[in-house]
Amino acid sequence: MSGVLVVVEHLNRSGSAALTRTSLEALAAGQNLAKQLSADCFAAVLGEAIAPLAAQLATKALAKVFTFEHPLLNQYTADAYTIALQQLIQKLAPTCVLFPHTYQVRDFAPALATRFGQVFISDVIAINPGPTFVRQLFQGKLNADYRTAGPTPCFVSIQAGAFRAETLESGAALIESIAISLTPAQIRTTPSAPFRESANTVDLAAAPIIVSVGRGIREQENIPLVQALADALGAELAASRPICDAGWLPMERQVGSSGQTVSPKLYLAIGISGAIQHLVGMKGSKTVIAINKDENAPIFEVADFGVAADLFEIVPALTKAILAVKS
Amino acid sequence: MKIIVAIKQVPERDAQLNLAPGGKWIDESDLAYTINEPDAYALEEALQLKEKNGSGEVIALCAGPERATSTLREALAKGADRAIHILADDLAQRDTLSLARLLADAIRSESPDLILAGLQSDDLGLGQTGVILAELLGIPHATLIMHVEVTATSPRGTIKVKRELEDGWFQHIEMLLPALLTIQSGGNKLRYATLMGIKKAKSKPTATVPAAAGTTTPAIELTSVYLPEKQKHTVMLHGTPAEIAAQLVEKLQSEVRVL
Repeated sequence: MSGVLVVVEHLNRSGSAALTRTSLEALAAGQNLAKQLSADCFAAVLGEAIAPLAAQLATKALAKVFTFEHPLLNQYTADAYTIALQQLIQKLAPTCVLFPHTYQVRDFAPALATRFGQVFISDVIAINPGPTFVRQLFQGKLNADYRTAGPTPCFVSIQAGAFRAETLESGAALIESIAISLTPAQIRTTPSAPFRESANTVDLAAAPIIVSVGRGIREQENIPLVQALADALGAELAASRPICDAGWLPMERQVGSSGQTVSPKLYLAIGISGAIQHLVGMKGSKTVIAINKDENAPIFEVADFGVAADLFEIVPALTKAILAVKS
Repeated sequence: MKIIVAIKQVPERDAQLNLAPGGKWIDESDLAYTINEPDAYALEEALQLKEKNGSGEVIALCAGPERATSTLREALAKGADRAIHILADDLAQRDTLSLARLLADAIRSESPDLILAGLQSDDLGLGQTGVILAELLGIPHATLIMHVEVTATSPRGTIKVKRELEDGWFQHIEMLLPALLTIQSGGNKLRYATLMGIKKAKSKPTATVPAAAGTTTPAIELTSVYLPEKQKHTVMLHGTPAEIAAQLVEKLQSEVRVL
């Protein structure tokens, strides 16, 4: 077989398993790449009791949906996923294997690719003719084109938001269950059930206006400066990862791949350079205003309005001007 | 416990990047380099584990050209016991698998209990070296680790780690040693090198080993590096702080309609 195999992911945080949005986006990327290669697109789903997920996948324009059911796939482990997918890929010999770029995929896909003597091309933002895979370097400051050197399969993961789930074409696909051999002795790690540190007391996703602060704020003592702006706008205060890592704001106020994903009416990014991990959490915002002293900062790639200047001068002036208009 | 920390040297975060002639990489002349930030967290975790144990050894391992010695010296100044420098001038020509093979060769002869690496590099951002290393060494691994706890030392060392999942979720994972972990930033507070540490570092051993030639052709090739196209048309605002504030307020009122 040649073709594009998309390995999808599902989450069960609320009682019933569902395909993740990034998986649907990876499927859209798969359909796109399959067209470029004039090849078929396949999907694979792993887990236990996954028939409903397979049925959902079967409504898409796919040549086939492969299911792997095994008690040892109930809870993710790198070993079980690597072994199961290695067997599937050996059997199907696809040209290319696509994944959503998630924390789970990052955990096993490099090892899987290594078993085939390949190097996984991670976090791809576009697939150009060739195919050429585009990914970001230096926290998004530069883009790079990657090509595979020859032997198949290639292994590629797709960045959240790079393809649109809405473009996914519908169809009717057959479902094929694949038997895999997997024993408990092959699994070298023992995972426990996922947990939350504390229930999110701040639901940033519901906030219409977010003022978000990054490394540019320099010191914890300067946080009140942006808090004052947030208060003036009636906004929630959020932050990029380094601010929460340093403990200047609680983790629950973090926007980005490891924090919350937001799409407010207005996102005001203060002293945020715009690393990829942050952008994936906020690029759905309706309007983005960025204030950053570095005019080449990636945050300006996604900003509607930009101010390349010292935030310590602009933010107090802006707070004052907003309060003046409001009173 | 013997811990190896795999470290990468990368351009400083706010370095001005220029493309090299030929457009396949950046111009490396005049760039200031530093330790990859997630690797600094990996080093910190290693040092804290050693301190909690009361004994052990922390070895800093780095593949790179001559300039990488400055980053290894910094690791020694922070508290690593010794360093291994794989002298390699051709990192840009090697893919991740080829680089991981270099590291694996250096690690095998040391037989460490634990290998730590940052979860990804600030320059390439592939986030794979650690996982590939574990695969090459045939040991278990876990990624995006916030915290490491040694739960048993006999009959075999066992660790319990806290792994970060997406959207504020976490999970604990247990595994036997030897193992490899990639460390997420923020789990610990980073230490600074003390004057005493900098002084001590001068007498700590650094083994410099030549990199074996890449034996296989790279599996992937970086064909071109370029500035990204803007996804949006950004209107840049100029003027004095008061003028910029006035323009922003006008946008907030008439276009964004939040005032």
